[in-house]
Amino acid sequence: MRQTRSPSHGGLEADRPPAEPRPRAGAATRTPATESVAREAWNQRHLLDVDTLSQEEMSQVLRLAATMEGVLHREVKKVPTLRGKTVLTVFYEPSTRTRVSFETAGKLLSADVINISVPQSSVVKGESMVDTMLTLQASAADVLVVRHPDAGAPYLIARHMRRTAVINAGDGAHAHPTQALLDLFTICKRLGSLAGRKVVIVGDVTHSRVARSDLWAFTKMGAHVVISGPPTLMPWDLLKGCHDDQAHPFHGVDVETDLSKAAQDADVVMALRLQKERHQDGLIPSLREYARAWQVNEAVMKIARPEALLMHPGPMNEGVEISPAVAHGAQSVIEEQVTNGLAVRMAVLFLMATAHEHRQRDAV
Amino acid sequence: MLERTRVLLRGGRLIDPSQGLDQPSDLLLENGRVAWLAPAGERRRVEGAVQVLDVTGRVVCPGFVDLHTHLREPGLEHKETIATGTLAAARGGFTTVCAMPNTEPAMDSAAVVRLVLQKARDEGRVRVLPIGCVTIGRQGKQLAEMIELAETGVIGFSDDGSPVVSPQIMRAALTYASSLGLPVIQHCEDPALANGGMMHEGWVASRLGLRGAPAQAEEAMAARDIQLAELTGGRLHLAHVSTAGTVELVRRAKEKGLAVTAEVTPHHLTLTDEWVLGGQGSVDRYTPLGASTYDTNCKVNPPLRTASDIAALTQALRDGVIDAVATDHAPHTTSDKDCTFDEAAFGISGLETAFGLLMRLVHEGRLPLNVLIERLTAGPARVLGKYGAGLGTLRPGSPADVVVLGPDAEWTVDSRQFASKGRNTPLDGVKLKGAMVATLVGGTIAYESPLLRRAAAGRTR
Repeated sequence: MRQTRSPSHGGLEADRPPAEPRPRAGAATRTPATESVAREAWNQRHLLDVDTLSQEEMSQVLRLAATMEGVLHREVKKVPTLRGKTVLTVFYEPSTRTRVSFETAGKLLSADVINISVPQSSVVKGESMVDTMLTLQASAADVLVVRHPDAGAPYLIARHMRRTAVINAGDGAHAHPTQALLDLFTICKRLGSLAGRKVVIVGDVTHSRVARSDLWAFTKMGAHVVISGPPTLMPWDLLKGCHDDQAHPFHGVDVETDLSKAAQDADVVMALRLQKERHQDGLIPSLREYARAWQVNEAVMKIARPEALLMHPGPMNEGVEISPAVAHGAQSVIEEQVTNGLAVRMAVLFLMATAHEHRQRDAV
Repeated sequence: MLERTRVLLRGGRLIDPSQGLDQPSDLLLENGRVAWLAPAGERRRVEGAVQVLDVTGRVVCPGFVDLHTHLREPGLEHKETIATGTLAAARGGFTTVCAMPNTEPAMDSAAVVRLVLQKARDEGRVRVLPIGCVTIGRQGKQLAEMIELAETGVIGFSDDGSPVVSPQIMRAALTYASSLGLPVIQHCEDPALANGGMMHEGWVASRLGLRGAPAQAEEAMAARDIQLAELTGGRLHLAHVSTAGTVELVRRAKEKGLAVTAEVTPHHLTLTDEWVLGGQGSVDRYTPLGASTYDTNCKVNPPLRTASDIAALTQALRDGVIDAVATDHAPHTTSDKDCTFDEAAFGISGLETAFGLLMRLVHEGRLPLNVLIERLTAGPARVLGKYGAGLGTLRPGSPADVVVLGPDAEWTVDSRQFASKGRNTPLDGVKLKGAMVATLVGGTIAYESPLLRRAAAGRTR
């Protein structure tokens, strides 16, 4: 080991600078605290969705996130783990929360983080997204964190990357893997595990990338997921055959449009953001009716288990899909989700920024 | 290239559904026309110089007629030209292609159609029959000048790529076109119900978070247009039928005796929406997504549907409810497809893979070879009415448009080898069983593969 770090588990030694400059980027530059976790194999070249992650791999992320969380509670919240690594956040649609979360996570790990807001740069010049990404790869990016309004955009980018890892920070209505992992982390921290727990997801599931990734993550971790919301916003096609077919990835997921039934005995109630366009699209009569039938409020939380967690991926439309009283009430873990998001993204950035070194040997 | 005016195709299995023929026969082409065909046993003398092609073990049949081809010229020459598109047609066995009018400018005036015809005469490798627009600029607002278009020789009218949305305009178009004896070729898609859908609405679309278009978006408009065909007595041809529901509507329309015909594409007969998941249909629908997912080469309109739609389409093709196979050859550039699924252009470059792909149905025992050939030859010729006279047949005196097929010859699709500028095929690297050996247009070889065996020229027997 080149570095003089304390091997103490449970946290990273944040207050000590690295002993000496590293000779080159590589596995040997890891700090011992993360080393113990990172020694576990990580076989994902990119993080495009959670569907490719096994139960064990998800647990691995959660364990590493728990380690990373230690950094957040220090006085000096910075470790040199990713020093010399470049993380680019490339956002093709506006986002504050996710971008800031990734940026902060990268900076806490001492990566060089560069934020690129694409609508202001190349798109205007007519450059294709693939060309933009190739340019960024050529600019020595180790990790690209991509948000795009089109489903599948990160897959397209990943196909063109030879050495840069791609993290999907949300693609259209498809996936938001780090959100699913932070939701998982939040629930597991509070409830120990998801196995046998009842999780109710309420709202516009059809158009929700958060819900899609959560479905993969929660069902894989053994939760009983129940979906509730307007019948026009339920993913009927996605769940087709999920009761009869054991092989269906969402086997056992239920839809119950009556929220008062869906919420019964819930361990977790998650409200999704309702895009106001849904009302203009004619998919719901009005926000008023939506709130009457599907707002997660005190009445709903009373139906759930007394210790049930209330979650929301944010940003909230308070008074629409969630009432202010519960959003800021005792059962709400919404702020905790934000903090946990940071820890999870630190873990993910670490895994993806260093995975390349493992893969270089067997890369195509 | 053969310059001789006489060609003898010897020893092949001759299938010509227009004459009910399927037997080993020799075929003599003379001065661009079919001179005679003779059963193998019956040796006929051929006097004078003749080019002999030994087609033993091959199938010889009339050249294919494609009712639905996008040649892209004028205006979109970066995607395809009449020269490249018709060479692709020849390589695919198509000796006649009907050129769709969604060019730039659109073929909504006699001037543009004449330009296309002139280019086709100068640079075309196969026969090109133009289709005129239904409405000016394909805007769906005002009828194009159909009489003048008809005078240039358009075989029908279509705003393909877009439907004629307004029922009032569609009614007028059917009425007006029928007085000219020409069909309106409708791209059936209710845009409000399709709602910007980019693939078939179903499990795969929902899985991928892509906006789906339900089968009913096609069926709703097909039903409406069949009603309008009944109202007007007009000739309606439904382009690229893709759903079991539309098949049922066509079946009922035909039972009623309405002047309704229909076509289906090779890809709608063989590929499902699961191809969008990547892996060329080989991945289990429930497995995690791999790198090849969101395959934009599978983005096509109408979208790839389901196995049960394929079953219904195949049955309808067999029964004759669907009259013809048409490629909907829609070439695009790499950059039109190397983008997100939302941004990607709709369309498959299909001329060069059509026969090999369709032969899957034959090899799997779902469609007899002679029926497939009928739907590629006499079937579309019938849809063309007077313009189909002499096409899709090897009757003596007909134009010598002939293809030589190797139904069992295997080959691997390599889009880099395409004659078409459009490399946008979902089949790259796929092995197909069924290849084109040679294509003759007007007695002249327009394409020959290395499989073609020539005998010494000038021999008689």
